Parts: sequence; C-alpha cells; structure tokens
Amino acid sequence: MTVYLPIAELSVNIFIILGMGAAVGFLSGMFGVGGGFLITPLLIFYNIPPVVAVATGANQVVASSISGAITHFRRGTLDIKLGTVLLVGGLAGATVGVWVFSWLRRLGQLDLFISLLYVVLLSTIGALMLQESLRAMRRAKNSESAPLKRPGQHNWVHRLPLKMRFKKSKIYLSAIPVVALGFAIGVLTSIMGVGGGFIMVPAMIYLLRIPTNVVVGTSLFQIIFVTAYTTMVQAATNYSVDIVLATILMVAGVIGAQYGVRVGQKLRGEQLRALLALLVLAVGIRLAVGLVLTPDDIYSVAVGGLSY
Amino acid sequence: MRRLLSSLVVLVSLISPAAAQVPFGEASTVKEGLEIGASTSEIAIASDFQGADLTIFGALTNADELFLAIGQYDVVVTLEGPKDYATVRRKERVLGIWMNTQSMTFEQVPESYSLASTRQIESIDEAPSLNNIGVGIDHLPLNPVGYIPNSGLIGEFRDAYRRLKLSNGLYQRDTNGVRFVSSSLFRASLRLPANIPDGMHMVRAYLFKSGALIAQKEMPLRVVKTGLEQAITDAAHQRPFAYGLICVLIAVITGWGASLIFRKD
Repeated sequence: MTVYLPIAELSVNIFIILGMGAAVGFLSGMFGVGGGFLITPLLIFYNIPPVVAVATGANQVVASSISGAITHFRRGTLDIKLGTVLLVGGLAGATVGVWVFSWLRRLGQLDLFISLLYVVLLSTIGALMLQESLRAMRRAKNSESAPLKRPGQHNWVHRLPLKMRFKKSKIYLSAIPVVALGFAIGVLTSIMGVGGGFIMVPAMIYLLRIPTNVVVGTSLFQIIFVTAYTTMVQAATNYSVDIVLATILMVAGVIGAQYGVRVGQKLRGEQLRALLALLVLAVGIRLAVGLVLTPDDIYSVAVGGLSY
Repeated sequence: MRRLLSSLVVLVSLISPAAAQVPFGEASTVKEGLEIGASTSEIAIASDFQGADLTIFGALTNADELFLAIGQYDVVVTLEGPKDYATVRRKERVLGIWMNTQSMTFEQVPESYSLASTRQIESIDEAPSLNNIGVGIDHLPLNPVGYIPNSGLIGEFRDAYRRLKLSNGLYQRDTNGVRFVSSSLFRASLRLPANIPDGMHMVRAYLFKSGALIAQKEMPLRVVKTGLEQAITDAAHQRPFAYGLICVLIAVITGWGASLIFRKD
C-alpha cells in the first residue's frame, strides 16, 4: 500500500515507513534516546530528500521523547531545573542551526555536510562509548566496584563560575557548560534532525559528571522542547516538515518504544551502553561508506535555486 | 468534437476542388490549421496517484489531400510542466570523499516534459530548426545562468540534465504517441509521471508539413493535488506557523497518548 507524501512529493510504501518507525522506536525506548540519529539516515537511505528527512526527523523525536520523558518523570529520574538550563542553550543553538541549514542548502552542500557531521559524530562517540562500556564490563567481571567518587575526579568544568545547585541530580555545577552543551545540541538538532541524546547523555555523564540515573530523563525533557521548536522553525523557513510521514513514523515509533523500554530494563547499564555504541558506530560506518563509494551518478539535479 | 468534425467535413469539401487546381509543390493559398481538445482541463493528484495517461484529440484543417495521402504531415504534441530554474551539480572525489564541486543553473526549464509524435522528431525536422522552436527533449533551450568560463562543460551538464530527467520519468517521449484516426483527425497519448509537479502545465501541438512547422496550438492544463494532499501543501506554504504547530501538537498527542495507553507496567 502506497501513500503519497505531500511535502516530500513522492509515493512511499506505508509498511516500510511503519516498520522503520517501529524498529527505531523500539531501539529508542531500549536505549533512552530519541532515535533521530537513526531515523534521519534511514529516511535518506529510502530516498526521502535530506531536507525533508531532517525536519521530519526532528518532529518525530518530539513524540518519542515525550513518552520517554513521562516515564522518567513518574519514576522521579528527571531534573527539571537542569533540563531548563540546558534548554536555554538549546533554543539558541537551534535558531543558529536552522540558519546554517538554509545557507548550506543554497550552497548545494547540505547533503554532504549532513553526512559528514553524522560520520564524524557517530564514529567518535560510538568509539568512545564502546571503549568505556567495555572497560566497565571488564571491571564488573572482575567484581571490582567502580569507584563513584575518586579524589581528583573534578575536571576543569567544575572550576567554572556561575555555580548552581541541582537538587534532584545532587550536584553543584556551573551553568556555563550546561548552557554550552545545550547550545551545541540545539545546532545539531536543526542540522541533523536528531534530538542529540546520543551526544548529550555521554557528555552529561563523562564531562559534567551528572549521575547516570537522571541523565536520560533530563536529556529527554530538554529534547522535547528543542525538537518542537526546531520543527516550528523548519516548517516556517524551509517548508520541509512532512506531516504525513511524521505521523506514520510517530505512531509506529511510540508503540515500538514501549516494548523497547521493557527490554531495556532487563539489560544492565554497561551492556546497554555497549550495544548503543555498536549501533551508533554501525550507522556512522554505513554513512562513511556512502561518502567514499563512487556514486551511481555523479550528477544531480535540483529544482529552483540560483546557486552557483 | 462532433461540431468540429462536421465543420471540418464542410471545409474539406469546400476546399478540395480549389486545392486540386494548385500545381504540386506550390503553396496553397489556404493555410493549414490545427485544432486540439482534451477531455479535461484539470488533472487531480490523489494520495494513490500512480501517474496517468492524458489523451489529446486534434484535427488538421484545410489539409491538402495529396500531402495527407503521402504522409507529409507530422504532428508533435507536448505537455510542458511549470517552469523553474534547475541546478545541475557534479560530484568529484575530494580527499576520498565525493562532494559537489561544480554546478550549473539553467534558466526557466519545464520541470516535466512529455512528448508524443507521429515519428522520431529528428526525422520530422532538422535539429537546428527544432532547437529554434524548442521542441523535443534534446532541443529544449537550456541556457546556463551567469558566465561559464569553460563552454565545453555546458554540453556535459545539458546531457546530464536530460539524462537525469529521463531516468526519473519527469521527461518522457513516445515517438508513436500520435496516431491518425482518420485522414485529418489524430489522437495523442501523453504519459503523466507519478511525480508530476503540480501547477499550470501547457499542452502544445505542432503541425509539420514536409518538415516545416506550419501551425501551432496550445492549451493550458492544470495539475492539482486534491483533497488532503492539496490542503496539506497549501497549509505548509501559506500558514507555515500554524502548520508547524499542528505537527508539534500531533507529536505531543501521540507521545502522551502512548504513555497513557501503556501505563500499566
């Protein structure tokens, strides 16, 4: 059964889109990430124009983050104050990001830039996470208890001014790195159509030393608002949010996510992180291969645009 | 159509004696004309649009019987989509990565182009005159915008443009698409691809006599996205803010709804 996507302007098989949404939803529920970093490349692999894939991906992440955030809120693993500080940076970053997005699109380098960003970020973060989780698994095997508070663990981040107390997270931290992190993620949200959880979660854990239990819920909270904002701005400037595509992806995604959450609860933290790392690496490698392999056609044609 | 046909019969019967007196090869005093008509002036694209066939009927008026008999009349019917700039980009390997390095923008070319003719158009008329009138996929004017230092590139980019348009179905040709159903009545079948752009299209019919264009007729055809598709496209472009808000709202409802439905665990 085919369905016509009015903004992407092409007909697609509804079951492939549903399957994509459900699979990504399952993984996002399992790992507590929005799934945008998977959905956007998948849509691009399925010939959806990258412009539409990115904007629609951001919209889809809104839905998948909300159900995740509510679950965390009920469990009390969401720090609203920390999330709000992140959000301030996030909204500013998303605004800058949409501007850069439109500029790259006029230049004809948007597709390449999206792929390159994905490759660089996914492979770096995937490799770092894999390394860390393998070390943690080895430690668990040797039944050494991981030292939670080592002396000298505080890094330069913790010497910055403008300190704030985040009660729920039980940390005392400068607002500067939090806003900066939010800003960087906001830029990525609008250029890559991701929530940015796959970067924000490790950055919060390893850079800001925020306790792991509140990290996922708090990042999801921030992601809801930044992706919602990005959806609005993309709709207003690039007219590239496909409501039909987004709705199909969201419905399938949230259902898949519920099952993913259950599976995720049965797995251990470090195993979960190792799996996520492998997944992130796989998507990155797939995109890298696409950049290096000789394309079927070295020419491409785009309608409109006085870009030369 | 019936009225047209009957008037045609009258015309032909009136002219025939006069035409017979004109020696072969000399121009007839009465000029041939061309009439076209279609069953619809609007094509609706619904959500399950898989492409469509458009049939155009036409008639030659004042046709010379002798020329008709020896097949000296040729008809070409085209459907041109809305015009816009088109940018062709070429990738090159830079540091191992394929990236767009060169681009060329062509002025106002039709986004879609479907052609039907009585035979191969290159055998109807010579290339320079086809280029002149801009009939045929290989003869559409493709003028680059701005100064292109290396003029050899223009040919390559033009070829690439035509090849890409043909391969994604937006440009089509059918050299048997025009059939004469009687001596002066013809029927042209044009294929509308599934990815046809919406907007104002133009049906153009060209009549060639012994390889020279002698008459031309055009007729507008609107392609509209119907129902929900049209409403969505309109909303996205005319009320982008409200549209974005609805997109976000759907996401909120979907996400929230799911967590309510699956609350039990």
